[in-house]
Amino acid sequence: MQFKSQAAAKPYFVAAIGLFVGQILFGLIMGLQYVVGDFLFPAIPFNVARMVHTNLLIVWLLFGFMGGAYYLVPEESETELYSPKLARAMFWVFLVAGALTILSYLAMPYARLAELSGNNIVQTMGREFLEQPLPTKAGIVVVALAFLFNITMTVLRGRKTAISSILLLGLWGLAIFFLFSFYNPSNLVLDKYYWWWVVHLWVEGVWELILGALLAFVLIKVTGVDREVIEKWLYVIITLTLITGIVGTGHHYYWIGTPEYWQWWGSVFSALEPIPFFAMTVFAFNMVNRRRREHPNRAATLWALGTGVMSFLGAGIWGFLHTLAPVNYYTHGTQITAAHGHMAFYGAYVMVVLTIISYAMPILRGRPCNSPRAQVVEMWSFWLMTISMVFITLFLTAAGILQVWLQRVSDTPLPFMVVQEKIGLFYWMREWTGVVFLVGLVVYVASFFIKGDERPA
Amino acid sequence: MAVDAAQLTSLQPVPATAADRRLPGDLAVWVFILAELLVFGVFFLSYAFTRAHHVAEFNSEQLTLNRAAGAWNTVLLLTASYCVYRAVAAARAGARSRIDLWLLAALACGAGFVVVKLGEYAAKLAAGISLSTSTFYMFYLSLTFFHFMHVLLGIVVLGVLWLRARAGAYGPANLNGLESGASYWHMVDLVWIVLFPLVYLLR
Repeated sequence: MQFKSQAAAKPYFVAAIGLFVGQILFGLIMGLQYVVGDFLFPAIPFNVARMVHTNLLIVWLLFGFMGGAYYLVPEESETELYSPKLARAMFWVFLVAGALTILSYLAMPYARLAELSGNNIVQTMGREFLEQPLPTKAGIVVVALAFLFNITMTVLRGRKTAISSILLLGLWGLAIFFLFSFYNPSNLVLDKYYWWWVVHLWVEGVWELILGALLAFVLIKVTGVDREVIEKWLYVIITLTLITGIVGTGHHYYWIGTPEYWQWWGSVFSALEPIPFFAMTVFAFNMVNRRRREHPNRAATLWALGTGVMSFLGAGIWGFLHTLAPVNYYTHGTQITAAHGHMAFYGAYVMVVLTIISYAMPILRGRPCNSPRAQVVEMWSFWLMTISMVFITLFLTAAGILQVWLQRVSDTPLPFMVVQEKIGLFYWMREWTGVVFLVGLVVYVASFFIKGDERPA
Repeated sequence: MAVDAAQLTSLQPVPATAADRRLPGDLAVWVFILAELLVFGVFFLSYAFTRAHHVAEFNSEQLTLNRAAGAWNTVLLLTASYCVYRAVAAARAGARSRIDLWLLAALACGAGFVVVKLGEYAAKLAAGISLSTSTFYMFYLSLTFFHFMHVLLGIVVLGVLWLRARAGAYGPANLNGLESGASYWHMVDLVWIVLFPLVYLLR
């Protein structure tokens, strides 16, 4: 570790992994509820399980991004973190607030929580993905501002690099677009319109900048390729991201009551959204092929390459699959969307966070890399999780195609629930693949506890 | 009028030699340019396919466009591109003092395009035309507006080049920035050369 204050990242990474486990458990609960409708009812209803599954994902990725930033920024800026104390304090605020939120969802009926948390003052509940009680939402803003202040001051004080600037741009964008989650117009069209300014402009906009910066940082470290080369690629990738991603928001505006031209704008621009992801894949492989050193942390390199490939497949290909308006007319809101969501989030954001953790965690624990044995176990977890995610995606895609056909295309369309029963087999297969994913995750966690000689044999 | 031979050669642009097969400007800018061309390409194809289904509607509404404004803008953009070309040629020849003058001329033409285009938009807006008026107008406004945004960005790029040229940043040994910006501007011009006949003229 080059700077002592980089240690601020460690609790964030630990919490991220902990919440990741929680997310997967709730995913399995919900996956089972797809086929055994009353599983754990009324203790954990489907809507709560789903909310916890998706919100935990967002929260642990945010923990990962913050940890990544605390690790990356001092090293890039060549200076200690502005305030390691603030970073530690905010960690506990964020963790306790997050835990309290989940517990309160599980402990009391939804309506009661809404009443207690002041939802009648500012409505912040009831919106998919942005669902948080008012105190939690306000808390997130406080934590985010303190975090941004800390990071920005560090960058301003030290060396300015393309990587830290792009990371900063992404993180500020993340915070600014989150503000739209406080705006909750009663007009349903406007509601959805601005809702996407958070959801879409996060994952297909500013988060990609964070992804690019984290990936570029790790690639510089593990390949030893010139910073100049890597930064040039980074600039190209983020430019392509912004060209296609911003107007690409239009692919959410096809059928929600917005003007028809969005069908054209959304189709044209979002059809090109795979390009930056493809560039990312080429970038990762190109840099690793041109490597000037054999970094002993082979697991981190594997995660970095995996991010390149899986983000292109999940976000690029599976996104393109249903992004054109004439296709989306049939596939909107089906399991095709779920298939895309799973692989895109895993391939792009889960994997990039695991990449930076894989690279930074051994260093934070006082060694350049883990022992070869621990790395082999970590790589096993890579393949278990990645391959099971590929199959989860394929099964959901199959379910989606059937669903579209039976419910919307065929000459004798069937009702929603009838179709859901007919595609149950695929839900079962998805659930069992999900169990394999959990096994992979357990193996991943176990890899942190494997000792051994850290020097490669 | 007699022209000094030395003066004549100094006015001649210096072309890239045939042996000089390198890419003008930065590879990263070319990736960017290709991505931009792809966006416009997809849009042009969408226009062509949609027009094929609504030929009569497109033909009649096309007549309401201001062709003279479009023609003027074509002249302005082509002239701007010529000026940019001369700026690069001046840099290749090491005629530093002329680089910023040619860039300034290109900027003036670019600004002219913006003025003409804004006039055109104002007239359409006053006539109550919007993106939702018809499919043809949706395409007309979208295509020209996206291109318009690129002209604005191109002007910013030329402005930066101009400032740097005044500071003496470019010469035969240092062409990368200038060539990159020039390539981008030529792309903006190229898109218009397709867009203008496609939307304003082709029947």
